[in-house]
Amino acid sequence: MGTRVSTLRTLITRYCVGEENWVDSRTIYIGHKEPPPGAEAFIQQRFPDNRIVSSKYTFWNFVPKNMFEQFRRVANFYFLIIFLVQLMIDTPTSPITSGLPLFFVITVTAIKQGYEDWLRHKADNSVNQCPIHVVQHGKVVRKQSRKLRVGDVVLMKEDETFPCDLILLSSSRDDGTCFVTTASLDGESSHKTYYAVEDTRAYNTEKEVDCIHATIECEQPQPDLYKFVGRINIYMDSEPVARPLGSENLLLRGATLKNTEYIYAVAIYTGMETKMALNYQSKTQKRSAVEKSMNAFLVVYLCILICKAFVNTLLKYVWQASPDRDEPWYNNRTDTERQRHIVVRVFTDFLAFMVLFNYIIPVSMYVTVEMQKFLGSYFIMWDDEMFDEELGERAVVNTSDLNEELGQVEYVFTDKTGTLTENNMEFIECCVDGHVYVPHAICNGQVMPGATGMDMIDTSPGPGAREHEELFFRALCLCHTVQVKEEETVDGIKHGIHQGKSTSFYISSSPDEVALVEGMTRLGFTYLRLKDSHMEILNREDEIERFQLLEVLTFDSVRRRMSVIVRDSSGELYLFCKGADSSIFPRVVSGKVDEVRARVEHNAVEGLRTLCVAYRHLSPEQYEEVCHMLNGAKLALQDRDKRLAEAYDVIEKDLILLGATAVEDRLQEKAADTIESLHKAGMKVWVLTGDKMETAAATCYASKLFHRNTQILELTTKRTEEQSLHDVLFDLSRTVLRQHGGMTRDSFSGLSGDCTDYGLIIDGATLSAVMRPTQEDYKEIFLDICRNCSAVLCCRMAPLQKAQIVKLIKASEEHPITLAVGDGANDVSMILEAHVGIGIMGKEGRQAVRNSDYAIPKFKHLKKMLLVHGHYYYIRISELVQYFFYKNVCFIFPQFIYQFFCGFSQQPLYDTAYLTLYNISFTSLPILLYSLIEQHINMDILRKDPSLYRDIAKNSLLRWPIFIYWTLLGVYDALVMFFGAYFLFNNTTFTSNGQMFGNWTFGTLIFTVLVFTVTFKLALDTHYWTWINHFVIWGSLVFFVVFSLLWGGIIWPFLNYQRMYYVFMQMLSSGPAWLSIILLIAASLLPDVLKKVICRTLWPTTTERIQTYAAFGYVPTLLDVSQEASLSVCVKCSFIS
Amino acid sequence: MMASSYNAKDEDGHITVTGPGGGAVLRSKKPENTAFKQQRLPAWQPILTAGTVLPAFFIIGLLFIPIGIGLFVTSNNIKEFEIDYTGADTSSPCFNCSQNFSWNSTSPCTCTVPFYLEQPYESNVYVYYGLSNFYQNHRRYVKSRDDSQLNGNLKSLREPSKECEPYAYHNNKPIAPCGAIANSMFNDTLELFYNDPNGTSVKILLGTTGIAWWTDKHVKFGNPGGVDSNLSAVFQGTTKPLNWRRPVYELDSDQSNNGFVNEDFIVWMRTAALPTFRKLYRIIGKSSQMVPTLPRGNYTLEVVYNYPVRSFEGRKRMILSTISWMGGKNPFLGIAYITVGSVCFFLGVVLLVIHHKCGNRNNGAEISN
Repeated sequence: MGTRVSTLRTLITRYCVGEENWVDSRTIYIGHKEPPPGAEAFIQQRFPDNRIVSSKYTFWNFVPKNMFEQFRRVANFYFLIIFLVQLMIDTPTSPITSGLPLFFVITVTAIKQGYEDWLRHKADNSVNQCPIHVVQHGKVVRKQSRKLRVGDVVLMKEDETFPCDLILLSSSRDDGTCFVTTASLDGESSHKTYYAVEDTRAYNTEKEVDCIHATIECEQPQPDLYKFVGRINIYMDSEPVARPLGSENLLLRGATLKNTEYIYAVAIYTGMETKMALNYQSKTQKRSAVEKSMNAFLVVYLCILICKAFVNTLLKYVWQASPDRDEPWYNNRTDTERQRHIVVRVFTDFLAFMVLFNYIIPVSMYVTVEMQKFLGSYFIMWDDEMFDEELGERAVVNTSDLNEELGQVEYVFTDKTGTLTENNMEFIECCVDGHVYVPHAICNGQVMPGATGMDMIDTSPGPGAREHEELFFRALCLCHTVQVKEEETVDGIKHGIHQGKSTSFYISSSPDEVALVEGMTRLGFTYLRLKDSHMEILNREDEIERFQLLEVLTFDSVRRRMSVIVRDSSGELYLFCKGADSSIFPRVVSGKVDEVRARVEHNAVEGLRTLCVAYRHLSPEQYEEVCHMLNGAKLALQDRDKRLAEAYDVIEKDLILLGATAVEDRLQEKAADTIESLHKAGMKVWVLTGDKMETAAATCYASKLFHRNTQILELTTKRTEEQSLHDVLFDLSRTVLRQHGGMTRDSFSGLSGDCTDYGLIIDGATLSAVMRPTQEDYKEIFLDICRNCSAVLCCRMAPLQKAQIVKLIKASEEHPITLAVGDGANDVSMILEAHVGIGIMGKEGRQAVRNSDYAIPKFKHLKKMLLVHGHYYYIRISELVQYFFYKNVCFIFPQFIYQFFCGFSQQPLYDTAYLTLYNISFTSLPILLYSLIEQHINMDILRKDPSLYRDIAKNSLLRWPIFIYWTLLGVYDALVMFFGAYFLFNNTTFTSNGQMFGNWTFGTLIFTVLVFTVTFKLALDTHYWTWINHFVIWGSLVFFVVFSLLWGGIIWPFLNYQRMYYVFMQMLSSGPAWLSIILLIAASLLPDVLKKVICRTLWPTTTERIQTYAAFGYVPTLLDVSQEASLSVCVKCSFIS
Repeated sequence: MMASSYNAKDEDGHITVTGPGGGAVLRSKKPENTAFKQQRLPAWQPILTAGTVLPAFFIIGLLFIPIGIGLFVTSNNIKEFEIDYTGADTSSPCFNCSQNFSWNSTSPCTCTVPFYLEQPYESNVYVYYGLSNFYQNHRRYVKSRDDSQLNGNLKSLREPSKECEPYAYHNNKPIAPCGAIANSMFNDTLELFYNDPNGTSVKILLGTTGIAWWTDKHVKFGNPGGVDSNLSAVFQGTTKPLNWRRPVYELDSDQSNNGFVNEDFIVWMRTAALPTFRKLYRIIGKSSQMVPTLPRGNYTLEVVYNYPVRSFEGRKRMILSTISWMGGKNPFLGIAYITVGSVCFFLGVVLLVIHHKCGNRNNGAEISN
């Protein structure tokens, strides 16, 4: 009978709690104990063990799996195909020529990946084998971490790291809490409090824990670190009790136990199912604009390659139409060749030509580009100037694929709090019913001694006001989630704070709260601690007041407020609510709303962060109701958040306004300077913030985003209330377009002079109206307005809206390159969405940093990151890409022309060794080193003169005209080289002993000229000659000569041909060969030098001008140059309009 | 430390840099302040401006033009005489030979071509034969040889490389030397006679050595079995190339110029770069200081016409040429040097003008600003 009742009760509980769907949940038996028979028809699920496998390969599958992975890349696959074609059919070049480079590339990559995987294996092993204490049959047993299973009860001691995701059962602390730091998960070093399950927290020895008889039902693992819903069914005396479990009960793998002697907890997610493991999945790949250009160029070259092969095949068969040419008596085919079908022959010929010319798309380019990116990114990490002494952090590169994109940024989206500002809050003032209180001692971070006095600007509040004032202070002392961190647990924290020994800190995930609580300390009310669900406050009379903390309605960014429900010593119940003005005022029924609102607005204009405080008396009946609602919502497994939000909405109403606070968030060091530089560099800076408009606008003025003469356009709810959105949009666009009508879009909106500077302010609500999918034309008009504004401020933004904005700009017709920079979890979405995401190592945890592509300690480092590193990487990689194509055109085009002189027979011009090594060793290192250390302009000049950044805007060095110039230059060089050698060889001798040279000497002569020409071309492009450049450039030329001497100097026994024997040396023994090499190199380089000099003299770019100044030892007053630049732009703009 | 702090590698092999903050917290994160890491290595920073390039242009101009003139004059001083004896025209003395050509004919066809040298050839004279429209650089042709066999490897002598196909075996006997190149070796015999004004015809002595590269003759090519072996015995069991009239060991009576090291053979085996080419045939050494090697006058070229070229519209020529330090007659290099030199010089002048007009204006404007 008893069991049936309990079953019924379980069913009822479950029904009330309201799960509809059980598919996505799991059941865990704590300590592997079966639930009482008949209680539930649980199905035991199979869970993985706790082995962490971050490695990708095992010893056995490394080779096949790695090969598969590598050949999935298009380029590698292409070369594999070429290699296979060479193996299968009779091709002009031996398979070695493409096989060897491919093998080299594949091997190097494989070794690198293998090494990384080996490191991961090592790390995995050390984690998997670390000993864990597990409770089995009432005894503590040591187990290896990897043998841990779901349902095991583990004993964790202080400073141990959790081996898997655990539900806290009990702790050594009486109140069943434990402190945890998640520093290695999200970088927050603050101690977070976690709570044991109410009904099990008394069981805190291994014997007792072992007799817990319970099951846990919870959702299947999901990657969100901060969400967890579950339920524990405890069978006490066969009487099941269901309790909710939330993220406050869940200890995550990777976090560390602090300040708590030991805890007992049960494993629920193990191994690869832990939240941390789920979070280490790879992000979506971002591709840089350069990479896209490179791929476009590749397609062009592939077309050229196919065309070449096609034309040659066609010509071959036209030429061969006469049998005397096809098969003259001296050159017969074998019988098998003759019997081959014509179609097969044509096809093989086509493939053979493809193979012959395939070097035009070089394998080594991919390797070099990757090496350049990989090695180049170290310069960011090594940068001394991007190291922050205060944080002890340096810049971090999470992906090196986007280095050059840093030089292409057109739009910067920045978060305000913590990014532009310090996120270091200082309590400035508070206002109770219109009376303003200002604490005189300013301090932050730590509780300062003797700061109990206070100044009152507005004195003599009446007795009623006095009561309100005290209530306000108490409200601020109670309504928060601040913890007190005890440095030493000697005779109590109370002592510490009271006597002014700085032994305790306030810690909170929100710096505002810390500032408020500290501010209260200075106004006479000190929050001491939370003990046994009682909050203790030291009031002005040094008496301890105790409030029982009943409920915490936690903060969320949608509601923008939080509340607590407390019971004071006299038993009265209060709800204190604290939140943004916009979320409090509508819920207020009485209080001096107007006075407070005036003060709030005044403070907001000053750039202060304001919060309003309100309260409400609760009768015991009301409290009952509230409790019921909250518990109902909390127990829900599905839609818990939604139901909680609904409950909160009902509870937080009919409030009485107490007052408001103002907290200052100081601007980050050099934030204004950075923004100004970014502006000058032609970037548009948008501030996206969740703050309210006035505060955000004030920050924008302070950070020079808006200037005094900036004309502010508002697109806010306030305006759209007066006019329809449609009218406002059209009004604004008319204003803007009237001014900028004639201006080209990429020209920059002047900083001074005649060009009016526009700034746009838009808020979240209006934005979502604009973005409504039905209104496509609104979007267009909005974009049009934005384009013509130098600065845009978006306030009241939800995190997702930030990403939407970025997406909107990304998708606009110019497809600008966007960069998002932020520090908090609310910026993650935009960081992931933007082309380049930059995380600031701020105070709001490490989520932004983890999801970013690059992370920097401070906002000011963005300047060097973009203006110096970005600029360098861009010019480096663009030269790298163009040069690579150029040198391969030079390389392959002579071979193409040669086909016209050898009966289209696919005879290679160069020897196999030259074909193979050209890209691998003769010409690879100079360009790699160039692309690592080139500096066309001095670093300091780049930083001081941001307008130089415009010179490379819009992918300017990889545009089609420039690409065509390089290609034509390559073709010209190839023609010079080929026909130079042709006329030299034409039917005569050029040795002094009358002997003749053959075809290999012909090829070698061209090849020698080629290697020297392309290397000298790079030397001409190099502006920054360090000893490394000298070494590598001259070194590879020397290497070429030495190699050639060696290669031709010996009869190589392993080769079945000796065609290169003494060819190089015989060539060098001839005077005319030397003379023609010199001549051809000079003739090849001449046009490029000429073009450079003439362009520099007649149409110098800003970059070139600066270079000229630097070269002539005249250091320009940089201001002049930039002024001149802006002047010229303004002249241009006024000229047009 | 956590295993996963090594960033999971992206799927498609892109490089992910594991940040230094990955976990090694103990290590100081302060970057080293070295010149290399801070990208402040001392460097020379040249730039190409009109000012710096100008001298280079003038120097190149002033260097190249004299060199070019020197080369041009040298080339012009070289005497060269060329005569086509293909026999394509009916009027040509070799017409009959070229018409009635057959590989199987046993009696060689001989024709004589008279010519007149207008100038005496003072120094050594080099005799070349030239072929046109002959694709020695055809891929199938170029690779149709066995260098190992030619080097004297006995194994390759018996089993020629398959690259030699279809000229590797004949009647199941290995061909020595194998391959299309060897098979099509030029086998016309050219002889020169000086017709003395007094009516006698003097045969001119043609030197057969020194026409091939020294390294080819002594290292790259070698007879099987060493220098002193009995060639006919060594080549026992092989057969001569199909088109040859004599086996390889009967190319020359001189043992050091016989077999694979025969210089005519070696010269032929060095495939030409272009379809119209010439190859060194003989050297007429200068006999005494007093008499020119080839005095002015009438000569006769006697050709034993063995080599068919008309099937592929080829041409055969005989060339007499003197040689200077820069080789045979080739005005190209001289002209090219003069051209490039003058272009450089001209551009130098143009740049000088530009530099003076614009450079000054630019600099002046900047400085006054």
